[in-house]
Amino acid sequence: MPAAVAVSSVPDALGRFGRFGGRYVPETLSAALDQLEREYAKAQADPAFHAELDALLSAFVGRPTPLLFAKRLTEYAGGAQIYFKREDLSHTGAHKINNTLGQGLLAIRMGKRRIIAETGAGQHGVATATACARFGLECVVYMGAEDVRRQAPNVRNMRFMGAEVRPVESGSRTLRDAINEAMRDWMGSVETTHYIIGSVVGPHPFPRIVRDFQSVIGRETVEQCRRQLGRLPDTVVACVGGGSNAAGMFYPFVDHPEVRLVGVEAGGRSGKPGDHAASLSYGSPGILHGSLSYVLQDHDGQTADVHSVSAGLDYPGVGPEHAYWHDTGRVEYTSVTDGEALDAFDLVAQREGVLPALETSHALAWAANEAAKRPPSEILVVCLSGRGDKDAAEIARLRGLAADGSGVAR
Amino acid sequence: MTALTQNATPIAKLEAAFAAARTAGRKALAPFVTAGDPDLATTVAVLEAVDRAGATLCELGVPYSDPIADGPVIQASYTRALGAGITLDGVLSIAKQASAKVTMPILAMVSYSIIFRRGIDRFVADAKAAGLAGFVVPDLPLEESDELDAACRAAGLALVRLVTPTTPPERAEAIARKSTGFLYCVSVAGVTGARTDLPPGLLDRIAWLRTKTDVPIVVGFGISSPEQVRAVAAVADGVIVGSALVRLVAESAPEGQPAMLAKVERFVTDLAAAT
Repeated sequence: MPAAVAVSSVPDALGRFGRFGGRYVPETLSAALDQLEREYAKAQADPAFHAELDALLSAFVGRPTPLLFAKRLTEYAGGAQIYFKREDLSHTGAHKINNTLGQGLLAIRMGKRRIIAETGAGQHGVATATACARFGLECVVYMGAEDVRRQAPNVRNMRFMGAEVRPVESGSRTLRDAINEAMRDWMGSVETTHYIIGSVVGPHPFPRIVRDFQSVIGRETVEQCRRQLGRLPDTVVACVGGGSNAAGMFYPFVDHPEVRLVGVEAGGRSGKPGDHAASLSYGSPGILHGSLSYVLQDHDGQTADVHSVSAGLDYPGVGPEHAYWHDTGRVEYTSVTDGEALDAFDLVAQREGVLPALETSHALAWAANEAAKRPPSEILVVCLSGRGDKDAAEIARLRGLAADGSGVAR
Repeated sequence: MTALTQNATPIAKLEAAFAAARTAGRKALAPFVTAGDPDLATTVAVLEAVDRAGATLCELGVPYSDPIADGPVIQASYTRALGAGITLDGVLSIAKQASAKVTMPILAMVSYSIIFRRGIDRFVADAKAAGLAGFVVPDLPLEESDELDAACRAAGLALVRLVTPTTPPERAEAIARKSTGFLYCVSVAGVTGARTDLPPGLLDRIAWLRTKTDVPIVVGFGISSPEQVRAVAAVADGVIVGSALVRLVAESAPEGQPAMLAKVERFVTDLAAAT
């Protein structure tokens, strides 16, 4: 890559981030993806679109979300200053709403009144149901049956807001299968339905659109760091499943080479195949769900079974822009285990009064560990992508605690 | 194959199969068979039965873990085959066995994920060595297909393209121009699977496509009965029947191979009679 080309200058017209990305989908979907690409270009050039979205992000979502100094976690780590970008304070409790409002407005512009979505942890499902309720759109959410079980509060909340939740019993009954079913629905409904994909994955133009809508996270963080701290941070860290909160956080930083960017994947139980969901750490280039990226796959290109304690990271692929950042070296990717993430959940709950989502807990585990190795003059920002209420019951179950939490170690 | 086509390219053999059907006053019948469901040896026997029953060509489905264009019947067959440990090399080995035994050309219906993983040139070489006539790649649109197209043309293999009801006219023309072997006209916007009625407008769409290309137009998705085959064959050059046959194989496999093969042969004979 020539040095003169900004890291942010992707994707190209065919949706390529370097060699990654593209559009590997059945012909039935081609026209709808072309339509979405055209409508998105028009919306981007339309001040009324931005005004409407910005007003919603402000009054409905509660943006900008704060940048909080994590004082007691910093003391505990004993090194670099740790800050939280508080996406957990967004309406619906995670960053996902930034994207669903934007895509919901695009759907309305395209005259599509039915919305489908997939969800893993349920955060994207809730955010989609929320946007649909707000806009008066029909909403169907596909969710793996295993995730329906472990993320019950979110399933209930989607239904409260009028969405239909369809449990998916095929395959591993998790996020990957939910995406398959949503795609199949779209194959037969594409002329009247918009698919609000929840991460920076899927065929072009989804990875770019979702990144752009999530980039509000990074733009605010850049501005808040300058205003509150007088400079950009030394390190920015985010968890990576499909990678939407990380893409939104990192994108406004990629052209600032002095800022170290770190994505944390789900290391699961171990590094053995089937025990984790760390596509960039252990995967290889392949095609899944419409784009070329790193995939956890077997010798023949069959998608591998994966595992993570966190439903939102339990995915065998990753967004193509992350693959590009990985191969260019702009972003470092690492992983932490289920156990480390659970410990970080306890640590942040008890030292900061914040219950982080299990997805986010992966980034927090790495951050606490890394901060201890860096001098106090350094600043480390964690994208606190979501809150952990949805995970509380599952964490109690995994820890063998009573439902009322009695027995928690302090 | 006749002596005339013995040393012809795979794609020439495919063209000859369409020509032979035409000469016989018939349209092409292209059944779809999932490789490895219930097992690879049975698939060879099913291919032979389909060939005896008068199929013009056959699509051999290569099992894939995430087939988003497929409905529940073909999905489930892929899941069963992969669960039984089917590999790409296994599929290629039975393609080779079967193509030595049958008259009809065999094409692979294969996800681009699998092709990409093996590497395009190696995949095309392996498929050619296995006697395959070409590919239908359901998740490879026009924009992404240049590399595979070049490799197929160099090897003399067909790369069959798909047009669907959602394909705009100019795009359909461009796809038809690129398609080799035949053009796969998808009858409905949706996934594979038997449907009771033919979609409205299908016959008009086929007639329009007919004015845009010289390659045979073969219609698939949702076709399961001789009546539907007859209606489509009246305007198209061929008909694909997939899920109905996959279901028949799966449901009658427990009755034992001879009974299952007899049912398959009868089913395909009835379909062929309707072409």
